[in-house]
Formats: sequence, structure tokens, C-alpha cells
Amino acid sequence: MRKKTTYILSLFIIVQQFTHAQNINILVANTKSKIEQVKDYTALGKMKTNVAFLKLPIANVKVYFKNPNKFKLKSEKGVSFVPKGSMNINLNSIFTENNFTIIDAGSEKIDNIPVRVAKLLPNDDNNDLVLTTLYIDPVRLLILKSKTTTKESGTYELKMNYNKYATYSLPDKILFSFNTKDYKLPKGITFDFDDGTTNSSTPKTEKYKKGEIEILFSNYEINKGISDDIFK
Amino acid sequence: MLNLLQIELYKIYKRPRTYIAFAAITAIVLIFQFAFKSDGQSYMNLMLQNVQDNFELDKSKAINGYFMCYIILNTLLVQVPILVALIAGDAISGEANMGTLRLLVTKPFSRTQLIVVKFLASFLFTIILLLWMAILALFVSLLIFGTDDLLIFRVKGEESQILQITQDDVIWRYFAAFGYAAIALTVIASLGILLSVFAENSIGPIVATVCIVLFFTIVSNINVPIIDKNIKPWLFTSYLVGWKGFFYIGVDADGQPIKGSIENWLAIRNSLYILIGHIGLFIGIAIYSFRKKDILS
Repeated sequence: MRKKTTYILSLFIIVQQFTHAQNINILVANTKSKIEQVKDYTALGKMKTNVAFLKLPIANVKVYFKNPNKFKLKSEKGVSFVPKGSMNINLNSIFTENNFTIIDAGSEKIDNIPVRVAKLLPNDDNNDLVLTTLYIDPVRLLILKSKTTTKESGTYELKMNYNKYATYSLPDKILFSFNTKDYKLPKGITFDFDDGTTNSSTPKTEKYKKGEIEILFSNYEINKGISDDIFK
Repeated sequence: MLNLLQIELYKIYKRPRTYIAFAAITAIVLIFQFAFKSDGQSYMNLMLQNVQDNFELDKSKAINGYFMCYIILNTLLVQVPILVALIAGDAISGEANMGTLRLLVTKPFSRTQLIVVKFLASFLFTIILLLWMAILALFVSLLIFGTDDLLIFRVKGEESQILQITQDDVIWRYFAAFGYAAIALTVIASLGILLSVFAENSIGPIVATVCIVLFFTIVSNINVPIIDKNIKPWLFTSYLVGWKGFFYIGVDADGQPIKGSIENWLAIRNSLYILIGHIGLFIGIAIYSFRKKDILS
């Protein structure tokens, strides 16, 4: 009797784990399908750059996306520093690569919203992408946060807030975090005016610092068609 | 006194060496503009360094007329004192050298008036030279390179920074900077006149003024803490670059530039006081010495 109970319990655990794993695959697939309903979009944005050595005003930007992975972030006016990993701002870029293994990494909470954590590992060893972690709201099928580690460009983190365009999986606000190297000009080449003020807030030894880009989106135009010329 | 000033200005106008300054500025500015039009991106790459690892920047937009003017002023305002010294250093000693000083002081003008007029003539020369620089470095650059936001590369304490000033917030800073530069260069003119009082030929005071400016400028830029703390504040050359303070835009707690602001106006104001104090001191000593001077030539 005891042996039989152990056998049933083991079988139950195996079945549940299999179902759970299948659930995360389905969840990721459903989330992907929801994102893919948007074939193209444009949106206006206000981009705020928060990097220690860059003192930049809030930039008015326009973003363009066209299926499957064409994305462009353009400044409407003035000189603009566009983050090199800005492609990652676009959620579709996460699913450009179909050939990956999904691992269920449990559940967490983001801003008190329960999320499922899925780790996406590319099957191709030569892929620049090393690992993507998605934090998915299973009720609304929305990615609230993603962490992407690449071989070439380090780790990016993306946090999304949804409101008006949640049905299209398009965020109203994103916070894009990345590592940035220290910026150091040799003394003497700029002939600076010493006004007596100094910056001592940052430790001198910190070679890599965190940079953040916040974009508030508005005026989405979805599935209205975009010319390919914009992405050239 | 106005007549005397007109005569002094006429003398400057007639002197060939006056035009050396204008020719030198024209040549330097044109070479800068040509170099940046041909390959400004290399300079931008040098200044941006590893920022390009994380960010993309449209460098052709960043190299605009405002940026060019800043770069040109950054280089030229170190050299222009030499050009001002060419005129100011000749003010009294030139007369002594030509044998006209004795004749000049017999005219119905006081020696104080004579020095004041020489000073005003040198001051006006400096203003005209700066106007010429403004036309070439700012307005011609705007014509060639167009307008856009201005990027300022700066070393502040131990950190380096890139400041962005929107194009609608730039032009007033240039007017203020040129105004400041006029006062800074007038210090050099005053020094030239002071040294000129003690010499019998032009070469001595011109070379002496240039040497003092060069020596002080080098010491001001050594960047050794002991010199920065104890010697730099006492050298007037440390304040000559104060015009840059108008381009150090103030930022809020989030690091966003505040339009129309200056980071440290008090430092600029104090620098202006120090420079004006130097002008008063140099001209005061020049007047005192000239009044006591036994003129034999």
C-alpha cells in the first residue's frame, strides 16, 4: 500500500511539472501572439536620459516599427544621443529568434502584480544573445520587465508600464537600463574655467556605471503601414 | 580729449602691424572651418571616446556653427592676448622710440589724459578685434555649418561631462561670452600700456607682455593640486577663460539642463571683479609712473 502511494505521488509530481512547463511555453507563445498582432506602429515619445556624465535635455523622439524586426528611434529636433541598444526597447526584438528553450523560473511580483518568470535560452551557440528573462503578467499577457544579456553589448533591462495601448502590448512608459563605461577626458585639452565647483558624488574607482533612458510614449499609430525608406 | 582719441585711433589705423592681428585671426578661423568641414568627425570621435560604445550620435548635426564658434574661441582666446599686446605694448614706448613722446606731453593735455586716451584706443582696438572674431567665428560658421544644439565637453573636478544646450538658448551666451572676453583682453591691453610706460622701444613691452601672459597661462594650466590651490587664484590668466562659465548650463536634481541658467554665476561675477580690478591696478600704476616719469626722448 505504502509503495503504491509513493508511486502515485511521484507520478503526480512528474505530471504537474510537465504541465507547469507546458504552461510557461503556452504563456510565452500567447504573449508573443499578442505582441505580433501589431504589424507596424509609430509613436511620439519624450526621452529622458539619466547618465552621470551626460547632461541632456528631454528629447522629443519618434519611434518606428515594422514587422518583423525593423525599428528606428529618431530625434524630432536637435542633437540626440540615441542608446545603441535601443533595438531592445522594441518587444518584438525579443521574439525575433524562434529557436530557443524556455525555462520556467517561477513566480514573482512586480509593483504588486504577480508575474511568471520565463528564461529564454537560444539554442544556437553563435547567437549574440546569451539569455533573456521575461516577467510576464499571465492575466493580461503583458511583459512587465525583461532582462537581456548579450555577448557584445552587455546586459539591458527594460521595464514597461501599460495603459491605453495594453491591448496591443504597447507600453505607455518604458525604463531602459544599461551599463555604461566611465567617460574621462584628459585634463588640459578643454582649457576649462575652474569655477570652484567639483563633483565628488561618484566613486573614482567605479569603471562601469548604470545608465537609464526613460521614454513616455503617446500618439501611437498602429497598423497603418510604414514605408521601408524610414529604416534606411 | 575726443580729438586726442581720434588721433590715437588714426595712428592705430595707419600702423601696418594693426592688420597683422586681423589677418592672423582670419587665417586661423578659416583654417579651422576648412578642417572641420573636411574632417570634423575625427575631432568628435576624440572628444566622445567610449561614449560611442553606448550611444549613437549624428555627428554632422553636432558639428554646427555654434559648436565651431566655441572650438575656435577656445583656441583663439589663448592666442589673442598676444595680438592685443602688439598694439598696447607700443602705446607709449612707440612714441618714445620715434621721439614724439616729448612733443606729445608738451600739448595741452595732462599726462593722465594721455594714458587714459591710449588705454581707450587700445580698448576700442580690442573690441573691434573681438567683433571681427565674432563675425568670422560665429556668423560665418553659422552660415557654413548651420545651427543646432551646442555640445560642451568639460572636465569638472575629477569628472568629465557632456552638456547639451538647446539652440534657442545659445546666442545670448555668446553675447555674454564676447562681453566677458572684451574685459579679459582689456586686462592684457592695460598690462601692455603699463609696461610700455617703462620702455624706450616697442619690442620690450610687447615681448614682456606676451611672456607674462604665456608664463601665467602655462602655470594656470599645469593642473597640479598645490599650484591649483595656492598659485592659480593669484594669476589673472586663470580668469581669462571665465567666458566659458556662460556655457556651463545649470542642471536640476535629475541632471537635466535648465534652460537660460548658468551653473555658477557668482564665480563668473567674481572673476569679472578680479579682471576689472586688474585693469584699474595696471592703469593706475601706469598713470602714476608716467606722471613721475622724466621724459628725455
